[in-house]
Amino acid sequence: MLSKLKNGLRKNNKGLISQITGLFSGGSIDENFWEHMEEILIRADIGIHATSKIVEELQKRAKDLNIKDVEELKGLFKNEMIKIITVENGALIEDDSLNVVIMVGVNGVGKTTTIAKMAYKFIESGKKTLLVAADTFRAAAIEQLQEWGKRLDVEVVKHQRGGDPAAVVFDAIGAAHARGTDIVLVDTAGRLHTNVDLMEELKKIKRVALRETTEGAVKTVLVMDATTGQNGIFQAKLFNDALGLDAIILTKLDGTAKGGIVVAIEDELKIPIWFIGIGEHPNDLQVFKPKEFVEAILE
Amino acid sequence: MFENLSVKLQNIFSKLKAHGCLNEKQVEEALREVRLALLEADVNYKVVKDLILKIKDRAVGVEVTKSLTPAQQVIKIVNEELVSLMGDICSKITFASKSPTIFMLVGLQGSGKTTSTAKLAHYLSNMGKNPLLVAADIYRPAAIDQLESLSKELGVSFYSDRKSNRCDEISKAGIKQATSEGNDVVIVDTAGRLHIDDEMMDEIKKVKKAISPHQTFLVVDAMTGQDAVNIAVAFRDKLDFDGLILTKLDGDARGGAALSIKAVTGKPIKFVSLGEKIDSLQVFYPDRMANRILGMGDVLTLIEKAEKAINIEEAAALEEKIRKQEFTLGDFLAQMQQIKKMGSIDQVLGMLPKFPGMPKNALAGVDEKHMKRIEAIIKSMTLEERNNPKIINGSRRLRISKGSGTTSGDVNKLLKQFTETKKLMKKFSNFSSRAKMGKKVSPFF
Ligand SMILES: Nc1nc2c(ncn2[C@@H]2O[C@H](COP(=O)(O)OP(=O)(O)OP(=O)(O)O)[C@@H](O)[C@H]2O)c(=O)[nH]1
Ligand SMILES: [Mg+2]
Repeated sequence: MLSKLKNGLRKNNKGLISQITGLFSGGSIDENFWEHMEEILIRADIGIHATSKIVEELQKRAKDLNIKDVEELKGLFKNEMIKIITVENGALIEDDSLNVVIMVGVNGVGKTTTIAKMAYKFIESGKKTLLVAADTFRAAAIEQLQEWGKRLDVEVVKHQRGGDPAAVVFDAIGAAHARGTDIVLVDTAGRLHTNVDLMEELKKIKRVALRETTEGAVKTVLVMDATTGQNGIFQAKLFNDALGLDAIILTKLDGTAKGGIVVAIEDELKIPIWFIGIGEHPNDLQVFKPKEFVEAILE
Repeated sequence: MFENLSVKLQNIFSKLKAHGCLNEKQVEEALREVRLALLEADVNYKVVKDLILKIKDRAVGVEVTKSLTPAQQVIKIVNEELVSLMGDICSKITFASKSPTIFMLVGLQGSGKTTSTAKLAHYLSNMGKNPLLVAADIYRPAAIDQLESLSKELGVSFYSDRKSNRCDEISKAGIKQATSEGNDVVIVDTAGRLHIDDEMMDEIKKVKKAISPHQTFLVVDAMTGQDAVNIAVAFRDKLDFDGLILTKLDGDARGGAALSIKAVTGKPIKFVSLGEKIDSLQVFYPDRMANRILGMGDVLTLIEKAEKAINIEEAAALEEKIRKQEFTLGDFLAQMQQIKKMGSIDQVLGMLPKFPGMPKNALAGVDEKHMKRIEAIIKSMTLEERNNPKIINGSRRLRISKGSGTTSGDVNKLLKQFTETKKLMKKFSNFSSRAKMGKKVSPFF
């Protein structure tokens, strides 16, 4: 399942991996050890706050349990990380009813491409899927989604560039009801979380979607780039405050970034992570598995 | 979380008298906060380590003087070290001796290359250049359409070839067209690629070899974390580039990635991009970036912009009016239009420092749409109403709201705000004579 990711990590992150194996193989648990551990976590973008928390927690436990063995500590460390990024949650897609997924996020994180990947996955599992071009702002955003629609042979609901995104969503949900569609994927314009005006626009899209569907049908999903640094925390917070997020999707994990920012985010917000993106092709999308995510980093 | 560093340092030094020397323990305590601030700003771990050592060397034993508090002393040293790391002078853009000058933009997926290509074209057009844009991103769906559409909006030349799957050939053909049609600048937009994707890196090398650009810019997202250095080093080693364009700085990202890249690769930051609008590309100033990383806002940029946009005589006349309580809605409108000249309201607000004591929503209501609404309302008023809003009764209110496409409630809100602002401004004007900035700026800031 995650072998592609693991291989990618193995291939590309030699530095980090050998560092971690170096850290956990032999040697004594001393001041140097902890400092080194802090370095590894910070360099994975976990951030100084979450890092300090993890390190302190482990120090306490190592002392309490009188742990001298590095292997044992490795197990504890893994569990601690897994605990942070594991969120219990219900199904994000309901069977036998209409689901509307609104994809949001800052510019260029991979919203549109991820929609294509999700559509590919859903269609494969037999779901009737519809794409909605609600990014009416960026030049050629509609054309981009349309091109994906053509490649995947899935219908795209669109209006003109500059039109009201909420109106496109309204039309799409109408069409979905009429046709018995299972999943409606809404592509929205990239926007910085600090832009109050654009956040209002998203709220309106969500209001319309909620009004036109039954309870629980609408899911709002934040797409985040794995290379994101500490600003990711603000992205998650502000999008969550404005819209209430149901899930996060982490993209571009095929690069060298570790995506550790989600550890910091989960530590505070506890929003389930749904998928990870590991490339630009429609099948480069995998369900997020906390254990494998941590293991892929630590291996 | 990102509490202003100066406030934290102030607390650390609060017990320290205004005279004496900073001892090692005090400095160490302060540097812990500095380290936190730098890491939170996404400055690379290794860079932070080196920086802290340097700062410590300089800070221990520094004499605390009357004019600067200990906290200010430390910030000054930190700031100086950051600025010198980022390059002491702002590096101006240069052109080839033989036309056309070719610029090529490269970078990861989603970093903002296409938008930056258009913004750079706008910037160069304003300098009197006549650029041609080449769309050589043959992979991302509709990437070519995006650049074509942007070039139409800008009214600049455009070249691509949708049938070709060779971006080196597209680029060469674009340059040929530029040469024959007299464009003096060519900007080549390329596909986003991962620095570890050897095939794609080979491809971009081929493009570079085919067109020998005068300058190659690496486009980097200001929100990038610790990996920024790995990315930049790989692009430098495999392809080499001449400078950075830092994008998406209009948000609340501190942009420590840029500093790290400069520190590790030695490549200068050429431009920063501060918004979605086509005119949001700016030349990079190291000192301003240092302030931003430390969380002190871009006060310098703001002052410079304010100086440019605001006519000093008008400002003086306005102040006089404020003092005498003669400030009208008409003046308010003129004032707003001046602020707009400074850039979009988001840009202007983004440059202001964010203080911990500032109410969370202090700036939330002030956005572009809101400003437009206010403008529309005032423009729908008669001159008499603008000068004396007291006469606005129910029927007048209805007429104004209809004329401006707003509601009576909106009109009411504005009138109330205006009365309050007027009161506030009166208070403000009593202080303004003591303003330290030297030049008069808008009374709204
Ligand atoms: N390597 C890699 N690239 C990705 C991944 N997901 C998306 N991309 C690329 O990132 C770039 C931007 O993706 P888009 O889907 O256009 O991003 P977006 O969020 O819709 O962008 P805007 O609508 O402009 O805000 C494209 O070149 C995608 O191919 C991923 O998981 N890995
Ligand atoms: Mg998109």
